[in-house]
Amino acid sequence: MPLIRLFPAEPRIPFLAVRYWFLAIAMVLMTGSIATFFVQGLNFGVDFRGGILMEVRTEAPADLEDMRSRLGALDIGPVTLQEFGEPTDVLINLQRQEGAEDAQMEAINAVRAELGDEVAEYRRTEFVGPRVGEELRRAGMMATLLSLLGIGLYIWFRFEWHFAMASLLALVHDVIVTVGFFSFTQIEFNLTTLAAVLTIAGYSINDTVVVFDRVRETMRKYKKKSVPEMLNEALNQTLSRTILTSVTTLIALGSLYAFGGEVIRGFTAGLIWGVVIGTFSTIGIAVPLLYYLGLKRATMQTAGESGKEQAGNPSAG
Amino acid sequence: MVHISRAQLFAVIVVMLAGLLFALPNLLSRATLDQLPSWVPNQQVNLGLDLRGGSHLLLEVDVDGVFEEQLAGFVDSVRVELRRANIGYTGLGLEGNSVVFSLRDTADVDRARDVLRDYIGDATLRISDDGSGSITLSDQAMAERRISVVQQSIEIVRRRIDETGTREPTIARQGEDRILVQLPGVDDPQRVKDLLGQTARLSFHLVDEDVVPGVDSVPPGSRLLPAQEADPSGQVRGYVVRNRVMVSGDNLVDAQATFQEGQPVVSFRFDSVGAQRFGDTTRNNVGRLFAIVLDEEVISAPVIREPILGGRGVISGSFATQEVQDLALLLRAGALPAELTVLEERSVGPGLGADSIAAGETASLLGLVLVMLFMAAAYGLFGLMAACALLLNLILILAVLSGLQATLTLPGIAGIVLTIGMAVDANVLIFERIREEVRNGRGPVSAIDIGYRQALSAIIDANVTTLIAAVLLYNFGTGPIRGFAVTLAIGLVTSMFTAIMITRLMVVGWLRAGRPKKALPI
Repeated sequence: MPLIRLFPAEPRIPFLAVRYWFLAIAMVLMTGSIATFFVQGLNFGVDFRGGILMEVRTEAPADLEDMRSRLGALDIGPVTLQEFGEPTDVLINLQRQEGAEDAQMEAINAVRAELGDEVAEYRRTEFVGPRVGEELRRAGMMATLLSLLGIGLYIWFRFEWHFAMASLLALVHDVIVTVGFFSFTQIEFNLTTLAAVLTIAGYSINDTVVVFDRVRETMRKYKKKSVPEMLNEALNQTLSRTILTSVTTLIALGSLYAFGGEVIRGFTAGLIWGVVIGTFSTIGIAVPLLYYLGLKRATMQTAGESGKEQAGNPSAG
Repeated sequence: MVHISRAQLFAVIVVMLAGLLFALPNLLSRATLDQLPSWVPNQQVNLGLDLRGGSHLLLEVDVDGVFEEQLAGFVDSVRVELRRANIGYTGLGLEGNSVVFSLRDTADVDRARDVLRDYIGDATLRISDDGSGSITLSDQAMAERRISVVQQSIEIVRRRIDETGTREPTIARQGEDRILVQLPGVDDPQRVKDLLGQTARLSFHLVDEDVVPGVDSVPPGSRLLPAQEADPSGQVRGYVVRNRVMVSGDNLVDAQATFQEGQPVVSFRFDSVGAQRFGDTTRNNVGRLFAIVLDEEVISAPVIREPILGGRGVISGSFATQEVQDLALLLRAGALPAELTVLEERSVGPGLGADSIAAGETASLLGLVLVMLFMAAAYGLFGLMAACALLLNLILILAVLSGLQATLTLPGIAGIVLTIGMAVDANVLIFERIREEVRNGRGPVSAIDIGYRQALSAIIDANVTTLIAAVLLYNFGTGPIRGFAVTLAIGLVTSMFTAIMITRLMVVGWLRAGRPKKALPI
């Protein structure tokens, strides 16, 4: 049986030569992300902004206009309605109500009373008080910062500072561009999508580490090649794996996006974007940055001699 | 790496058998499981509320309200008792966690101490010689009180929820003064919220009949309380009741909803202490009004016609039948020591939960099949082996989830699907390496040996970094996110095992069987 070969056995793509292009793309992506973030911000879900979210299934296909005007007439502040997957499924978003927690309960009850018999099923009701929303926001930021830090420290421990710095910068890029994605698409940003961002950080670094591992090995193997040459060789040697793993992950995520249900579709979209971005950042940012950060073979050898390298990683050459 | 010791082989077999054993209950019905002998693992995956349907409520216990109330009580005691003892004072007021006052005459210092000592409970009374006095809630007393108030609240919440017949509720303390309530199968928690929304503090007071409510000023030691039922004229009525609690709801041992003269009423029974006090009060106050107060509202204030000595009575008012039933329930379960506020509520109906499970199953199975096919197409026989390892990985994830009774949520299912995609990474790394070594002119055995050996450090580094992200997600996340972190972490660990050990076993088995030695099917 002929096996699928996505790439020639030994590709010789001059990645390092086009590093300016990669970095330019990265800069554009980041600038764009930051710009959309400041222009339209994130569409914070109920988790982070506090407020009320209800998912209802109506008896007949929902008349959103009618519902909107009727719910809008209630004294519960702005109401946003959107169809959610099916014509009979409606997502109702209420702003945080003025006043204490009791006021939120009253708003939920007001909506229920107004919709009455039209609704076949209250599929989901979520209410997050202002204080909890604030706490969740803070915890989310902490989680993101700490995971970046934790991952950076691990890389530093396993490799050395050039690698840690390069992977950390690539990660920051991934996080910014992913947040930009959520801002640009205005997909609801909630606790679950935050989990997507952190997972992307994990995936992207996973990818980066594999290439770095190869860089380290290549540098020990060759005594005479220049650093860019070696970086390029490491990238080419791992390219097939990079692409294959991205493909299998994207296959699984694609299946989740198509069939996993409406509730986690935004989350899955973020993951899919992140896998692409994470793969790009390894090739286009992390490795070129290694070069710019002045990685030299000498440092690798010293590090190896000082016993910082893992024992189970003898040179193959 | 091409040699596998007996011990390794044995370990792999044991792990896989245990995995199958723990994963198996998920394929059987509950009824079948109950018939199995007890030593067989019979736990199914524990589904989160977002999958099985149910409500999640985060409540806050208003402990500060308890302190405020306590301090207000001290202010009241100082006012009433010092006046009764004819001790002059000025500047009575609150200052942080203290009640402060100063005595007009420094000669009264000792007497004031004696008078107030009985009224301050665990607070600290200080009256210095210059006549300035304070009653302070110490930090330690407050901390202890906080703990006991929250614990007591949890107990009462539990009792009230148990009375509603909810099955398997989870009621747990969270943080300092919060209570997490999870009610599987309850998709509209309104009734539970109603029940938890009242403190249900019941007390019996004598009515101060010398004072006309709303006209005369309320004397110290009494307070004006609204009545539950409005006057026929439509005006809100009130009663001036004595602050002193004659009998409290704490002494109730039973309360039942019943009917009296066609009206729904709550009949109650006191314990011996309560019966004694109730008897004494009614005997000494025949002909006076006796107010029944629930949460600072007078339910009714009947005239005491005769001493009630049996410790039994009824509470009547303008109640609907449901209200009487709820009141009886609340009185039976006991009063909450503090008010509760709902900070967060998430409820999922059974329909959405079932849909999510179905969607999750479809997505994971399809993802699994597609990734398996892709691996076979990309790596041939070795790819098939990796596909088998992937299947075993899924079984192991299921087994660990069941065995640990970790909660599977919808994002958790997403975590499993993501793991399916990422789990093959280890095999991809190994196989790519083997291909490379073959290209470099190594023989099959040597290529496989080097492939596994060389790929290992990258695999470990890559997985540990993702694991770091998963651990942080678990620490900072709540509910469903934790579910995602758990399956992601479990998946990472099991996939390292299956991708490295299981495929190696298969590859080595294949080598030993003496298949073509020239070209590797990869």
